[in-house]
Amino acid sequence: MKIVHSWLNDLVPVGSADDQQRVDEVADAITHLGLHVEDVARVGSTVAGVVTARVVRTERHPDAAKVHRVYVDTGDGVERHVWCGAFNMAPGDIIPLATGGTVMPDGRRIEPKPILGIASQGMLCSASELGLGNDHSGILILPPHTPVGVPYGEALGLAEEVVYDLDVLRNRPDAFGHLGVARDLAAHLGVPLAPAPPAPAVTGAPRTATVELVEGIRCPRFTSLVISNVRVGTSPDWMVSRLAAAGMRSINNIVDVSNYVMLETNQPNHAYDFDTLGGGGFRVRMAAEGEVIVTLDEVSRVLTDADLLICDATDRPIGLAGIMGGLNTEISDDTTVIALETAWFEPMGILRTVARMGLRSEASARFERGADPLGIDRSTARFVELLRLTCPDLVVHEGAVDARTDHLPAPTTIRVRPERVSALLGTEFAAADITRLIEPIGFACTDGRGVLTVAVPSWRPDCTVEVDIVEEVARHHGYAALGKTVPKSTVPGGLTPIQHRRRRLREVLLGLGLSEAMPHPFLTAGDLSRAGLPEAAVRLVNPLVVGDDLLRTSLRPGLLKAIEFNESHRRTGVSLFEVGHVYPPSTEVLPAEYEALAVVVAGSDATAAMRIWRELAAAMGWGARVDQSNVPDGMHPTRSATLSLGRDAVGVVGEVHPDALDAYGITERVAVLELNLSVLLAAEPKVAQWKPTSRFPSSDFDLAVAVPDTVAAEKVEKAIRQGAGEWLVDLALFDVYRGQGVADGARSLAYRLRLQAADRTLTDADVAQVRDKVVAATAKLGAVLRA
Amino acid sequence: MIDDVRAARDAAVARLAAAATLAEARALETELLGRKGPFSEFKTKLGGLSTAEEKKAAGQAVNEATQAVVAAAEARVSDLKQAERAVQLQAERIDLTEVLSRPSRGHAHIVTQAWQRLEDVFVGLGFQVAEGPEVETDWYNFEALNMPPDHPARSMHDTFYVDHGCTGSTVLRTHTSPVQIRVMQQIEPPIYMIMPGRVFRNETTDATHLAVFHQIEGLVIDRGITLADLAGTIESFTKSFFGEGFTSRLRPSYFPFTEPSAEFDIRTPKGEWLELGGSGMVHPNVLRAGGLDPEEWSGFAFGFGIDRMAKERHGVGDVREMYTNDIRFLEQF
Repeated sequence: MKIVHSWLNDLVPVGSADDQQRVDEVADAITHLGLHVEDVARVGSTVAGVVTARVVRTERHPDAAKVHRVYVDTGDGVERHVWCGAFNMAPGDIIPLATGGTVMPDGRRIEPKPILGIASQGMLCSASELGLGNDHSGILILPPHTPVGVPYGEALGLAEEVVYDLDVLRNRPDAFGHLGVARDLAAHLGVPLAPAPPAPAVTGAPRTATVELVEGIRCPRFTSLVISNVRVGTSPDWMVSRLAAAGMRSINNIVDVSNYVMLETNQPNHAYDFDTLGGGGFRVRMAAEGEVIVTLDEVSRVLTDADLLICDATDRPIGLAGIMGGLNTEISDDTTVIALETAWFEPMGILRTVARMGLRSEASARFERGADPLGIDRSTARFVELLRLTCPDLVVHEGAVDARTDHLPAPTTIRVRPERVSALLGTEFAAADITRLIEPIGFACTDGRGVLTVAVPSWRPDCTVEVDIVEEVARHHGYAALGKTVPKSTVPGGLTPIQHRRRRLREVLLGLGLSEAMPHPFLTAGDLSRAGLPEAAVRLVNPLVVGDDLLRTSLRPGLLKAIEFNESHRRTGVSLFEVGHVYPPSTEVLPAEYEALAVVVAGSDATAAMRIWRELAAAMGWGARVDQSNVPDGMHPTRSATLSLGRDAVGVVGEVHPDALDAYGITERVAVLELNLSVLLAAEPKVAQWKPTSRFPSSDFDLAVAVPDTVAAEKVEKAIRQGAGEWLVDLALFDVYRGQGVADGARSLAYRLRLQAADRTLTDADVAQVRDKVVAATAKLGAVLRA
Repeated sequence: MIDDVRAARDAAVARLAAAATLAEARALETELLGRKGPFSEFKTKLGGLSTAEEKKAAGQAVNEATQAVVAAAEARVSDLKQAERAVQLQAERIDLTEVLSRPSRGHAHIVTQAWQRLEDVFVGLGFQVAEGPEVETDWYNFEALNMPPDHPARSMHDTFYVDHGCTGSTVLRTHTSPVQIRVMQQIEPPIYMIMPGRVFRNETTDATHLAVFHQIEGLVIDRGITLADLAGTIESFTKSFFGEGFTSRLRPSYFPFTEPSAEFDIRTPKGEWLELGGSGMVHPNVLRAGGLDPEEWSGFAFGFGIDRMAKERHGVGDVREMYTNDIRFLEQF
């Protein structure tokens, strides 16, 4: 919302805009009232070098499709040639021409840029290029009688204005008008707000624009007023200047007053040409399904039965209620009698139509937030007052209509307990303090035995409960004045055991040389199947990128993409991990979301994954069975295993299936470890218990056995442990050998055992006895002792 | 005889001093001081002397000579050992800057780093840490937070809807605030909790905006909590996280789930104000949705982005870069 300083100053004395310090203070005050000033700009100062020019003729060039040649005259009778990308001008139009060397407000310097070898003698400007509002749809066409060859600012009567750009939030519909901001400021500064304009003097004979409210819920109030003896012309310079500063272009005196009143009072209104209003009145009803209206922007719009229409008395649609008028009753240069519509529309209905059509207007922005249902009289009075400046002979007719239904919001009153206000703000406010702070912004307070009854002004529909008043009190007291206290936390701060374990997990992974990736949690159709994973996944209804609509059920596809990306940038052998959520489908209220870990090591085989698993398991106190008979989806069939805890699969370890690697365009092997952290981190790990270390010497011996490939090394190890008994303190597999001397389909496993007793030094005989038992135990698995 | 002893001593000391290697010195030591050495022989000859005085004088001379030779041998052995160690040490020289392997540590993602630093600061201020699901029901994400269906503020959240359950009933959480409700339902006040996590907004990404990003949210519910307590907590956080030279301020704003609401800004030591996040007193409707009586309990909540903390700290020019999983990015931190 753009608030113009000079305009504000008409409503509340805030001082001169020439004083930059004063401007900064005003901006700061507005911000601290909750209407964040995002930017303060000085606009409307003429851009030196931009002059008015008349279009002489336009010409297409056969080789230029997007631009045409415009010949202009700057009053010296010399034709100047300009290339132009906009086509909205016709011979005779007056337009602003930025001559060569001009520096535009955005810093661009106008140079004679040749196109097709033909130079341009300047640039034609749009309104936005000159800092006159947001319109960049075409070149700015100036009023027909504008003198040619003069600085455009002078021709338009522009004055420099200071503009505050406010980020007005949904709770303050009133601040979409200068009046609302002025009211807050007046209270803040302790100065009076400008009084409402007097009701217009009625001088004309009865003449009525009738109003029939067919739909009284969506339109609970609709007023009409007929004004005659109006002459369409130009607006005063100051009004043009302020409108421009606020981002609106001057059209003619009637439209300008309509806009000006809206920007001031926050009350949209619409002036119709009374003579084109069929049946001389209005009819407000819901549209029929499929009914069509052509709006002012010349777009034909198809309506639904949820859209509210303004029709004339013959039931011909003339406006999309609260959003945009129709083309058919637009004010023309010949208009002499107008019918002024000022109404209040139910906000949610406007919001829904706006959302469905994607059609937003200055009016709809105000109605959807909530206009002031009782602000219509003031806005009508202001309309007449301002129109009289250019039409001093206008006649306001008797017979104005104010049609209302019971659905107009009733005034709200709120019970406010001063001790409650104080309890929430950390203050000691009495009823009188609260009254002093909020009455200046229109909240009428009645004190009844220590409880205030607060009447909410009609322009503050956001205030419905006691805490809303607490905020008003805090705003006008000043948030900073409340001070800063620190509540004494009565709970011990800290991470939960699960959060501690997650941190430990990350540290171990980082220590193993793995870096943390954060792929997107959305997958594209095919990502799962390429990885060899089941395709069932929960879908997004409205993805940001078409096709990027699956919620991941596994972290693997994201990490495979990361490996592929890095490989394509000549970074092979990348080791990554991710801790993140996955969201498998479920029939419960929510998908079966859980936290997972995935590790990928490019350029390494399954043993790397096993090594990482064993490090993690040792560090985290996890135990799980490595079940190679259960090959997980998408994994190498002879180099992968499911990690199982009881009957539940809690992870995957091994190597990615070569088919999946091919599908992702990865040329290296990729070792993978995946864990369900929601399960594993939740388990309380066993605390290691002390075992006394022996004071007696230990004895080592080595043992190599040939074992069929079908027997897992894990089983051999288990047999050795059982055979060796309590003296075994360390067991390590130090060599695996296949080849000469070992039968086909078997391999040699070489172990080193360390024996030690707690109570004595072991003899050679002791060691020999253990060795025999170990050999016997492994023999049961089909292992053959190697010489 | 005494003269012979002294002559033998001088000869022995001279030979020891001339020993070139440790082995030679040790061999000499054995030869000179052993049973067949000259001084053993002198000792056996002592018995052949006639007078007690002669025996005493000669015995003293032999002892004195033996001690001198022992000392000379020890000194020579020690010197030679030192020299030999010095040669060894010289031969073992390594150029420590001649390193073949590169550092192999892993790199924590900068968002995780920021996340953990924030957690640590809040833990120090007496907060606990809560988490919640990323796929949420409409009720937790909106309705319980005082945004009933059709509430205009919902349009401020560009929501990803999830095809699960009834149409429109499931969303990717647009903020971490649903965890507030879950916490209120699960534990009795007092609550001093922060809630970090991943959030989703269906908006086009650019250098400063992401569709998937991370927020941290704080919630305090206790008896007698005030807006001044919010200001003080934000101030404590600002100083703990950014440094003593930083200060903070609240300014009025609007959020459906808080009333009064406030934006909070921090002021750098250079005097610049930076907008950081949103906050306010928990709305009575939100307390009720969490099963708490607003007449008994009051509280405040605040929230801000984690990604921005990481971006600012490391000067990352484009937030999208943080999620490319380019190892060349990850390795920088």
